[in-house]
Amino acid sequence: MIKYILYALIVAAVANNYVLVRFLGICPFLGVSKKLDSAMGMSIAVIIVMVIATAVTWPIQHLLLEPRGIGYMQTTVFILVIAALVQFIETAMKKMLPSLHKALGIYLPLITTNCAVLGVCVLNIDEGYDFFRSILNSAGSGLGFMLAMWLFAGVRSKIEENDYPDAFKGIASTLIAASILSVSFLGFSGVIDNLFGMA
Amino acid sequence: MEKNKLSIFLNGFIRENPILVLILGTCPTLAVSTQASNGIGMGLSVTVVLTFSNIFISALKKIIPDQVRIPCYIVVISTFVTLVQFVLQAYFPDLNKALGVYIPLIVVNCIILGRAEAFANKNSVIDSTLDGLGMGLGYTIALTLMACVRELLGNGTIFGAPVTANLFSPMTIFVLAPGGFFTFGCFVALINVIKNRKKKADKKALEMPAADAAAPAAEGGAAK
Repeated sequence: MIKYILYALIVAAVANNYVLVRFLGICPFLGVSKKLDSAMGMSIAVIIVMVIATAVTWPIQHLLLEPRGIGYMQTTVFILVIAALVQFIETAMKKMLPSLHKALGIYLPLITTNCAVLGVCVLNIDEGYDFFRSILNSAGSGLGFMLAMWLFAGVRSKIEENDYPDAFKGIASTLIAASILSVSFLGFSGVIDNLFGMA
Repeated sequence: MEKNKLSIFLNGFIRENPILVLILGTCPTLAVSTQASNGIGMGLSVTVVLTFSNIFISALKKIIPDQVRIPCYIVVISTFVTLVQFVLQAYFPDLNKALGVYIPLIVVNCIILGRAEAFANKNSVIDSTLDGLGMGLGYTIALTLMACVRELLGNGTIFGAPVTANLFSPMTIFVLAPGGFFTFGCFVALINVIKNRKKKADKKALEMPAADAAAPAAEGGAAK
């Protein structure tokens, strides 16, 4: 059981890393990764929203939409649920953690349009995961997002200091750095299945 | 007046190209640009959704209350995304399979919400239609170009037709994740080179008399 939990978490976090392997949530990844503390704040917000959104959307899909034969309403319903959740979390954070709310600023409402959150909800359904695995997958994906943000914030603070051609200033150099970082995540894809003997 | 409409349409091609200049909608760009045909399919799907949501949002802008505009936009956008999903499932099942989760994710594509908020919300229906078409086609062109480069380097083919596949072994890494980031970075750098060059030309033009200044600027626009 513990092996299963670990396997599900690590596969989601590392081998299928949402940012660097599946390309979801690139906008906040490029936008908020300049400073370590705001990167962490954003990641924590994403983890919370991902897990709660999955916990809400999985039952909606399987208990509400599918029995009524309106599975195609998935996209519309999911995005509205996520938008409402984010609004709720923003209000709660404003009240309870005002300093974090200040630091995240514009990016908190943008979680609504963070494709990683909708992506994880839709992928959980597409992959046919049960409820437990879906929650694990979302938590793992959130952790993977955090890992990528954390690593990348470090990389970015280094590259900003260097001197490179004019054309690569700004976003271009960031993308090249992300490319090199994602090479390292590529290496994990086969390892984990073999490690847990679940290939 | 005519020229103004044309400039709205052409805005999305280079000057405000959603991918390469505004850096919006990066996730599907990176994920889908492994094959030129996927690039075109994704680009056209986005164009359809963008154009129709722009039309509806600009038509409804007086009815939608300002406080709840974002949820309203999302409902409009997700309706069109669902329609596009149906069309793809029915007529292009292969493409639908290749694009996978990125079709429902058009809903959260920043380009569409961004244009709704920045343009359709303030402009007439006709202007918004042109803006949607221009932005969508600019997106399609950039996406397809990137996909061609990645497919050529990573697979040795363009649109599935072998080009260099028999000459040397393709670099598979270009169709994997790192190649996506790398190609995107190089494209953005390329656009920066063009922009920097134009800036330098504009500086030179400023030093010239005003009458002559209009000529090189017009030339620069035409060359683009």
